[in-house]
Amino acid sequence: MQHPSAAMADAPAPLAGAAGASAQYITCTLDDAEFGIDIMAVHEIRGWTPPTAIPHAAAWMRGVTNLRGTIVPIVDLRARFGFGPTEPGAMHVVVIIQNGARTAGLLVDAVSDIVTVEAGRIRPVPEIGAAAPERLLSGLVPLERGMVSLVSLDTLLAFDEADTAPSLPIS
Amino acid sequence: MVTLDHLRATYFEEAAELLERAYAELAALSEGRAGEDTVHALFRAYHSIKGGGGAFGFTRPVGLAHVMETLLDLVREDRITVAPDLLALLLRGTDMLADLLAAERDGVAATPGVEAGILDALESAAKIDHIAREQAAPVQAAAAIADGWRIEFRPHPGLFRSANEPLHILRELAGLGPVEVVADPSRLPGINRIDPEEAYLSWTVTLRAAVARAQVQDVFEFVIDDCDLSIDALDDATEPAATMAERPVATPTAEPAPPDIAAAPNASPLAQSVRVDVAKIDRLVNLVGELVITQAMLAQHEATLPPDLCPGLTRGLETLSQHLRELQDGVMAIRTQPVRTVFSRMPRLVREVAGMLGKDVRLVVTGEGTEIDKTVVEQLADPLTHLLRNALDHGIEPPDAREALGKPRQGIIQLSAEQRGGRIIIEITDDGRGIDRARVLARARERGLVSAEATLSESEIDELIFLPGFSTAETVSAVSGRGVGMDVVRRNIEALGGRIRLESRLGHGSRFTLTLPLTLAVLDGLVVSVGRDAYILPIAAIVESLRPRREDVRDVVGHGQVIAIRGSYVPLVPLHTRFGVAGAVNDYTRGIVVIVETDHSGQIGLLVDDLVGQQQVVVKSLEANWRRVDGIGGATILGDGRVALILDVAGLAALPAVAIPAAPPRAHLHLH
Repeated sequence: MQHPSAAMADAPAPLAGAAGASAQYITCTLDDAEFGIDIMAVHEIRGWTPPTAIPHAAAWMRGVTNLRGTIVPIVDLRARFGFGPTEPGAMHVVVIIQNGARTAGLLVDAVSDIVTVEAGRIRPVPEIGAAAPERLLSGLVPLERGMVSLVSLDTLLAFDEADTAPSLPIS
Repeated sequence: MVTLDHLRATYFEEAAELLERAYAELAALSEGRAGEDTVHALFRAYHSIKGGGGAFGFTRPVGLAHVMETLLDLVREDRITVAPDLLALLLRGTDMLADLLAAERDGVAATPGVEAGILDALESAAKIDHIAREQAAPVQAAAAIADGWRIEFRPHPGLFRSANEPLHILRELAGLGPVEVVADPSRLPGINRIDPEEAYLSWTVTLRAAVARAQVQDVFEFVIDDCDLSIDALDDATEPAATMAERPVATPTAEPAPPDIAAAPNASPLAQSVRVDVAKIDRLVNLVGELVITQAMLAQHEATLPPDLCPGLTRGLETLSQHLRELQDGVMAIRTQPVRTVFSRMPRLVREVAGMLGKDVRLVVTGEGTEIDKTVVEQLADPLTHLLRNALDHGIEPPDAREALGKPRQGIIQLSAEQRGGRIIIEITDDGRGIDRARVLARARERGLVSAEATLSESEIDELIFLPGFSTAETVSAVSGRGVGMDVVRRNIEALGGRIRLESRLGHGSRFTLTLPLTLAVLDGLVVSVGRDAYILPIAAIVESLRPRREDVRDVVGHGQVIAIRGSYVPLVPLHTRFGVAGAVNDYTRGIVVIVETDHSGQIGLLVDDLVGQQQVVVKSLEANWRRVDGIGGATILGDGRVALILDVAGLAALPAVAIPAAPPRAHLHLH
């Protein structure tokens, strides 16, 4: 499997002086919102296939799937952010990410773009209410076409701490 | 067939790992990264090398390991602090240990006395006597090393009757260094009066090597009662005259020892096995799994073609499928091993340790065909060795004591393995004295492990023996050492995700039960369907399956429903109510009830929709990327590439019912 970053070799080089302080993000859409996932963590992008359900799991946990012999949990990103469950179809994709020792798949509507973001342009996430979805973001990036929310993979994949019980009805 | 050579090879493989570990811990110490466990780990490494080596009679490495172990014990008890020079010494000692072990492995005698310097240094560091020298030279200066030795070896006529062969002894001497051997045939009678079963020859050996007297004495260990022996230092400087006078002028010797005997390495048994990183095997297993799935997919496509459209393709696919099955079996066979591989080392251990302790013990082994994951098997050797040693040393009484207690003189230790309820249970049971809780508690208080006021329950007292540094052995022995056993055992078992439990009755014996999880194990499973999901039930847990009639099932107020089976009542557990599966069969007269045996809750009846089929599955971790799920023991990949969850029957029994979602949330599941 080719690492996506290798395919990005001809992406625009970071500005001089900002080397090492910029990173690339794959952006994906959930309705109108755009989310950025650190490209270095992205393993591959696959089409949606229904996973095997896991008992006693939260609604955003769609189940587990077989990734070349590894059991990988599939997180419905839309549900995880509290937007209600995705109704996955043929056009939906699963972004396989690896963070530390953990591998997981993120179910998203589509992958839209790759953006290069300098560290200086990342804005902190406002601490409003500090509800769960906010802690799942590591920063906000204003772009000309709108805002990209950067996903905090550390938090997202901390399943042991996450409230994974089938909880509140999500609307 | 496991031969002694295999056991030897295994010991050397393990010793290599232990040395590696020792080096790593020493590095941690010298870099100031030492954790709480570093010294303990070092200590255990030397201890294990010593223990195993003793079984094979590798006296030189064992002697060195013992000294190092003793030194570490002093460090452990804070009687010596770890200074850089001590570290350097330990490193040198470890190097030497590695050399001595390599020499034993290759069947080459290590240069005589090569370890003497390091032994001295270690000894003075610890200010201790070391066992090798005590044993070797009780009268003379133990460490006496001369430039050479003159050995007079005069066998008694009956030497051969004790199955000894002077030639072997002479060859062994030759292994210590250059020798001149002069045979004395003066006792030979005339040819007509020779009794071929008597020993007539005697020898004078001049050994020109700087070795310890102990080493020379060791050579004669087995014949010392059957000969007249004198060993004198060959000191040309101080008593040249005497030596020269006694030594015959160099004449061709009657029976010269071939000079290169000891140098020729034996054909190495190591070549017959290859140690492979388990990760590589895992990768193979996964790849084969992928192949099987791809093959299933191809077969599915082929089935949609009109028959006879392409007979070559059909035949090819059949052959492919056959080969794949064999490949899968082959790869699995690498991954799993019967516990026999580790159990087979135990009878010898028991025999030898019992012999050393003067105890009469019979080891009864059952279930050695139980297959466990290779990693688990490998890591069982240490805990089992320790547990058996403990049973022999602390459990079984000496024959006379047993007789006095009205027990048979011969003690019995049972070692058994079985797969039960999806877990592997290994039990070590002895009919010895059992745990003397009063003594255990007293010892723990004496060692400051428990405060004097604390009141402990029986099981809490039993727990004490698992603490590092705890030992009830009054003397330090070569057998169970200084109480390293039980904390090591617990650590090893817990590292495997298992548990260890102790049951004991004073005067009647003890039983250690190791419960190992099925993670990594290959499992014979029954695929059952519930709603649109498939689950794997471990075959080992299944008692029977049936479709109950209406009148077989009764309501028990507050306890759900029970099924009457041959006069007993088994709780009915509809699986879909525990996992919240929609669209499952709720009417037990239309589903199937699988009666399973659980660890603690006895039998339960699981209601499922249908039985799909039986197959061998590879257990995969759900925890690696997700988390532990109650009632689930792991996951596996079915032939069609889908993931199926493996039920943890014991956990299921404890699960409360959950709400079932109204509509089936998922697409249809195809089972193959």
